[in-house]
Amino acid sequence: MSSFVTRRTRRSRFRFFAVPLTFVVALVLMAVPLPDWALHWRPDFVSMVLIYWCLALPHRVGLVSAFALGLVVDVMHGGLLGQNALAKVLIAAVVIWIHLRMRMFPLWQQALVVLGLICLHQAVMLLTYNFTGGIQVNWRYLLPAVSSMVLWPWLFILLRDLRRASGTR
Amino acid sequence: MPREHVARQPFPALRFVLLIALSVAVMALDNRSHYLVGVRSVLSVVLYPLQSIAAWPEAIADSGHRWFGERSELAHENQRIKEEQLLLKARLQRMVALKAENLRLRELLGAAEAAADEALVAEILEVSLEPFTQRVLLDKGASDGVREGQPVIDADGVMGQVVRVTPFRSTVILITDPSHAIPVYVKRNHLRGILYGTGSQYVLDLPHMTPMSDVRSGDELVTSGMGGRFPIGYPVANVTTVRADPNEAFLQIQATPLAGLDRSRQVLLVRSRPESGLGDE
Repeated sequence: MSSFVTRRTRRSRFRFFAVPLTFVVALVLMAVPLPDWALHWRPDFVSMVLIYWCLALPHRVGLVSAFALGLVVDVMHGGLLGQNALAKVLIAAVVIWIHLRMRMFPLWQQALVVLGLICLHQAVMLLTYNFTGGIQVNWRYLLPAVSSMVLWPWLFILLRDLRRASGTR
Repeated sequence: MPREHVARQPFPALRFVLLIALSVAVMALDNRSHYLVGVRSVLSVVLYPLQSIAAWPEAIADSGHRWFGERSELAHENQRIKEEQLLLKARLQRMVALKAENLRLRELLGAAEAAADEALVAEILEVSLEPFTQRVLLDKGASDGVREGQPVIDADGVMGQVVRVTPFRSTVILITDPSHAIPVYVKRNHLRGILYGTGSQYVLDLPHMTPMSDVRSGDELVTSGMGGRFPIGYPVANVTTVRADPNEAFLQIQATPLAGLDRSRQVLLVRSRPESGLGDE
């Protein structure tokens, strides 16, 4: 009985850290240096983790979290403040809008939705670059969407297990 | 999924509209003014450990290489550096003589003494930024005396300038960024122009040169010091192609940057001494 109680409390303590912790790991993964050939293939970890939590816990992780997270990414990238915030609020809104339907999708369909969402994210970012003089892009600009799609099923299962193990609700 | 939340939550429409408006406002404010520098500084200090963690793999590989590096390899490198130093010292001796001569001539002409430049060594952090922007992150910030607009050079030429400064880090925009322009002249005949980035790491663009102007491929372009941002006389790029199209009003000139934009780890932050006139903007 006592062991059960301690387990509950440990779980509940971890509960508050599970979401921030995943975001921190995602942020680090976004900054880890990659070899040149892999640079454009880096999945958008931060957006994927955001999509997961908006899908699973829309009452805890929502638009405000997306905005704050976007600002953090902007500061890390040294770009214009608000670019990522805008893009991430948009994709979080879409996920919250369809979260009940999306939960019913099989994993591969969810992955397709993720592909669309990251494409939207990249498109919004491209628009906002016009504020500061624009950037030149080519087809490689959408590669993060493809790699995110491929990675989604694994990330989904990983985060789901983490959520259940930590008892996050 | 937790069963208790299956009940549909209303879409937070008001919050959505407010946050979208807020992000656009933040972008406009950050682009046009300095009101958000404080926000950025605080956030960047909080994020400092994350970026350090992200740089670990590179740092570990680096120190591993240093520990287990071949002795002969190190000896070889040592030898090479010694030779290079000797060469540079010899060149420096001539420089000293030339500088004295220059000073004397300037005195004869009554011209002001050319400002000497101070430099601060910084290291490019192995931290990834957006792959499509031509920017790098340096390990020195406002606490080390870095200021916005400071020119950044490496051993071979001009790399770019500092665009954002936070307490311990600064962001550098490279000369290859499409939104960057640098005033230059052709070293051979002092023909002035402005060199633009194109977004490609190896191509710079020198527009607005009339078909009559004397620019050839192989010409070296150096900073002209116009605009007061870059000190005069640093090498920037080599002209690679000059194309004259009779239908165009100007020559199409392309150049490649001399600085090792994708190779250098150590860079210099140049600061002209304040007495160089042309005060701050």
